[in-house]
Amino acid sequence: MSDKDVLTGEHFIHGDAACAEGGLAAGCRFFAGYPITPATEVAERMARRLPQVGGVYIQMEDEIASMAAILGASWGGVKSMTSTSGPGFSLMMENIGLGMMTETPCVVVNIQRGGPSTGLPTLVGQADVMQARWGSHGDYGCIALAPCSPQECFDLTIHAFNLSEIYRQPVFVMADEVVAHMTERVVIPPREKIHIVGRKKPTGNPGDYLPFDSAGPLPAPMAVAGDGFHVHVTGLTHDERGYPVITDVVQERNVRHLVDKIRDNAHKIISVEETALEDADVVLIAYGCTARVARQVVEDLREKGLKVGLVRLITIWPFPSDLIRRLADRVKAFVVPEINYGQMAYEVERAAAGKAETVLFGVMGGSVHTPEEIEDLVMEYL
Amino acid sequence: MKRHLRELQPFNKEAEDKHIREGHGLHPLDAYLKPGRIPHIWCPGCGLGVALTAYIEALHRKKFPVDQCSVVSGIGCTGRIAGYLDMDTYHTTHGRAIPFATGLALARPDLHITVFSGDGDLFAIGGNHMIHAARRNVNLKVICVNNFNYGMTGGQAGPTTPIDAKTSTTPMGNAEPGFNLPHLAHASGAIYVARWTTFHPRQLVHSISESFDRKGFTFIEVIAPCPIGYGRPNKLGDGLEEMRYYREMSEVRNGADPGTAEIRLRDKILVGKFVDKERPDFLENYNNLVIAKAQAGKKGRAA
Ligand code: SF4
Repeated sequence: MSDKDVLTGEHFIHGDAACAEGGLAAGCRFFAGYPITPATEVAERMARRLPQVGGVYIQMEDEIASMAAILGASWGGVKSMTSTSGPGFSLMMENIGLGMMTETPCVVVNIQRGGPSTGLPTLVGQADVMQARWGSHGDYGCIALAPCSPQECFDLTIHAFNLSEIYRQPVFVMADEVVAHMTERVVIPPREKIHIVGRKKPTGNPGDYLPFDSAGPLPAPMAVAGDGFHVHVTGLTHDERGYPVITDVVQERNVRHLVDKIRDNAHKIISVEETALEDADVVLIAYGCTARVARQVVEDLREKGLKVGLVRLITIWPFPSDLIRRLADRVKAFVVPEINYGQMAYEVERAAAGKAETVLFGVMGGSVHTPEEIEDLVMEYL
Repeated sequence: MKRHLRELQPFNKEAEDKHIREGHGLHPLDAYLKPGRIPHIWCPGCGLGVALTAYIEALHRKKFPVDQCSVVSGIGCTGRIAGYLDMDTYHTTHGRAIPFATGLALARPDLHITVFSGDGDLFAIGGNHMIHAARRNVNLKVICVNNFNYGMTGGQAGPTTPIDAKTSTTPMGNAEPGFNLPHLAHASGAIYVARWTTFHPRQLVHSISESFDRKGFTFIEVIAPCPIGYGRPNKLGDGLEEMRYYREMSEVRNGADPGTAEIRLRDKILVGKFVDKERPDFLENYNNLVIAKAQAGKKGRAA
């Protein structure tokens, strides 16, 4: 039974299926979801695959319930995930906030389509980048990964589970419709080659255990239901023991812990792919399906001897501000192609702080940039 | 940017420990209550203490170790019940206790999971979750404390406020009829449905204990006084008088058709056990219909 969770071998599958396989390989045994294009195939795959490994798939009445259910399962000690797209992601924001406040590990796959509202259900978008970062009310740290291929859908879903266990919070896989519906070779390595972070349990006397300790650089291990630690888990501002305390003093500790556990560890979380940066005059900043086009642009222009590089964001959050700051000292411009009206471009502009020009190439959704149109734009800044 | 922040005042565990241990253990039910959480936040005359005590009594009667019990609550005065109990407790978002508990119950079928929340939480903002969990027959024990208004926010009308009743948002009287909760729970598929008032603590304890013996979605409505939000504007008096009102108005009718259990202002209130039936719960169906086939190698429709 358990050998069915890691389908070691070569597969020809789409990104949605790869997200599901990544979840299973990471140990996910609970999926709650609601059908939505273009993420439905993740749920469908989970509905078929989870029972094979003894897990539970449940189709909830909406995305609000789906998000709540995966938090509940996580507190039951079971790794859990859901998948959705823009409108569903909006509905999940409420309980994403609960997940952040209660430091609950789980994974949310968001296959981005064109918005706002119902927008372009079947066509690509990348306009949920800022929503992922700021979508639920209040302050918290955010981890979001942006796969650019079905292989990365598999790899990054596993990575998302690992990060969610280490930092004890919901982690987002921010794929897009193109990557999710593209079918490519996906290699699933042998089980022993896959790095899995298990859930740490507290040891020692329950009386000494602080489930929401904010002292260390990392959150406390998590005592789940039935472990005998009698943890109170609340969305209210709470002290280290989990007791609600409605004061500015505890709010200060509580919120700063939620933000700082990510901010102080950002250097460990951030992951980028750097291409031809050494002597670049213009640097493309791209993620998801757009990064595939950007790679082509760099290849084409380098062939012509033009000094163009690429920073592909694998983590879109936390954002690699330091890298951009360093590059800004020596490049002429950053060109940011994205399928929205400027989201990541704001971060680039912020980090560049006027030292290099930031140029957005926004496409509102429904199609990807062509290499030629990006190349024409880049040429203007060389 | 440069960040300027206030100095943090660290958590002083020793002082906090001392503080929460003080006086803990003096009350016979303290074994079920988290140290340092009493006094509770509820108003004098509120019915919530009775509901909480009834739950504890039921655990005691069933001899359930607290390590095997868990309570999930939503938001509101009733939502605070979770925080007082010395077990694994989850105080979730408004209306979402049931879906959260669904995840917990499916992950941990070995635990006794109770959802304790108010009428507004479970039937307005959470109404959709409630009917679907009942339909699926998830193994959850739902206890809904109904005080006919939103108490926490100061007495506004809710989905159970009877027609013509006064609240802070229905100052002339409510233009909407309230839900008949047992009827709704029954129609949605709950396998056990009962209603008591806080004037019926023994019957309530009995019903809660009995619901623990049922595998599936059970629903118990507890009519409770909220002298602040509901009693006063409707001239039902203070907590004691509101309780007296429920005593006079309630009529025990076990086995009554839940369709006849509608509540109107100054009209009789049917109480009793209305529904007690059997049908397979979600996990039983899932194990028999889905997992068994999947593990026998059946592929199902390709995805
Ligand atoms: S407002 Fe009503 S329900 Fe809330 S604590 Fe006071 S009496 Fe109880």
